[in-house]
Amino acid sequence: MSPIAGSNGSGTAAARPPAKPKLAIFGAASCGGCDIAIVNIHEHIVDVANAFDIVLWPTVMDGKYSDIEALADGEIAVTLVSGSMRTNETVHLARLLRRKSQIMVSFGSCASEGCIPGLANLSSRKQIIDTAFSTSSTDNPDNLRPVWECEVPEGVLHLPEFEPVLRTLDQVVDVDYTIPGCPPESNQIWAALEAVVKALNGTGPLPPKGSVLGAGNSTVCDECARKRDVKKIDRFVRIQQVAGFDPEICLLEQGLPCNGPATRNGCGALCPAVSAPCIGCYGAAEGVVDYGARLMSAYASVVQAIKPEEIDKVLDGIPDPVGQFYRFSLAGSLLHSSRSAWQDDGE
Amino acid sequence: MSAQAPVAPAPAGGVAPATTFEPVIIGFTCNWCSYRAADLAGTARTKYPPNVRLIRLMCSGRLDPTFVLKAFSEGADAVLVSGCHPGECHYIEQNYKALRRFKLLQRTIESLGIEPQRLQLVWASAAEGVRLANEIARVTEEVRAIGPLNWPVGNIVDIDGVSLEAAWEATGGDAEGPPETADCVDPEPEPEAAR
Repeated sequence: MSPIAGSNGSGTAAARPPAKPKLAIFGAASCGGCDIAIVNIHEHIVDVANAFDIVLWPTVMDGKYSDIEALADGEIAVTLVSGSMRTNETVHLARLLRRKSQIMVSFGSCASEGCIPGLANLSSRKQIIDTAFSTSSTDNPDNLRPVWECEVPEGVLHLPEFEPVLRTLDQVVDVDYTIPGCPPESNQIWAALEAVVKALNGTGPLPPKGSVLGAGNSTVCDECARKRDVKKIDRFVRIQQVAGFDPEICLLEQGLPCNGPATRNGCGALCPAVSAPCIGCYGAAEGVVDYGARLMSAYASVVQAIKPEEIDKVLDGIPDPVGQFYRFSLAGSLLHSSRSAWQDDGE
Repeated sequence: MSAQAPVAPAPAGGVAPATTFEPVIIGFTCNWCSYRAADLAGTARTKYPPNVRLIRLMCSGRLDPTFVLKAFSEGADAVLVSGCHPGECHYIEQNYKALRRFKLLQRTIESLGIEPQRLQLVWASAAEGVRLANEIARVTEEVRAIGPLNWPVGNIVDIDGVSLEAAWEATGGDAEGPPETADCVDPEPEPEAAR
């Protein structure tokens, strides 16, 4: 297959330089922070523009889905998808982009493990839509609800349909690489893109399929400068309950639920350095099947109580276990959603 | 051998009809106490329901919470965790770790809508074959009463065609076949996608 350089109405390409590989960046259900993180690679963004012909990046440039449909299969060299699969439109586009792309990258926490939008998997569609359309902050006197299909004189209008549960990109299409983070650190993004650019130029090897790019192979604890020696706690506290935390000692040992033991390194342990606990935005550490399970295991190991009622008292310090253990990873976890979500009653 | 195996073996006494729901229970036992208790139940011909599938760990403290969640996600209706009595652990205090993991897991699965009876902890010493058999029978009946779990699998291989995808089909959602890298066939673009 011989890729043709993007022809955006600039006439015939008789004496053009050799075609650049095509790049697509697509944000599905996401906040846009990943796009900002990409722009945050500063002057390297010029290198990206030099290395690639950007065919789709809705956040920063005009692009039509029909242009993507018109491409040959596999014509896009690299596609970065930075959001989760919430509507049938995003699922359709992920499958379309997968077909058109040689390399599909799950970019950031939303695409890789569901992230904060994935916590919607604790609620049914009806609960989510009721909350969005009929709470005290909503001005909706007629109690209207969105409809996916609507007949008007000109024909039938369609809206992207909200799926019962949010899915991760790899639950919908085959994914080649994952770049974790909420959002990925900009220096890590450039390191990952550079590796792919080198491979496409033939000056470096392509990482093995399934690799996690732009992150470490260990845990946040490994990068954290705080001291750990006691590994025993008798209570969990919330950050607002304690006037000040010792700047030298492990936050978990001081009773602050810190997600470092289960979280992949690569961020530079920025949060614990400023006395904020790790919340797990870099996802599961290498070899971890289920992020929350690893964290439950770690917390159970440091709690010292042995009597059932004492244990309960300590664990009451974690009022929202799913929010603590699966803040970023619920949709991608083994159980992926609550029963009320997957037993969707179709409203 | 008949062509079709019977749906479910009727329990002793033959009271229940053949269509009774037979729960699948994964039992994690420790090498030193509860597995020996199950062994003792066996050698003493103490009967317990065949619904439990016992897996031997060296210690209940070896129980990674992942094992429990994986069991639920792959079709188990309940998980039974069993180890030495408190204070009697072969590895000094690891069964306390199992107890704390069990309690954390129970809080988590309840938040996800799984009944707490589906995860149970039973202490049994190597001498308590009858006790373990009775506990297995009790758990089996409790789970039988609340019915099957049928948690849908979330990964790409099984999601298409099983419960989740069926739910989407029923609501008119996108129900394309399992995507494949090389030769998946995308149907005509949907109108809302081709703006």
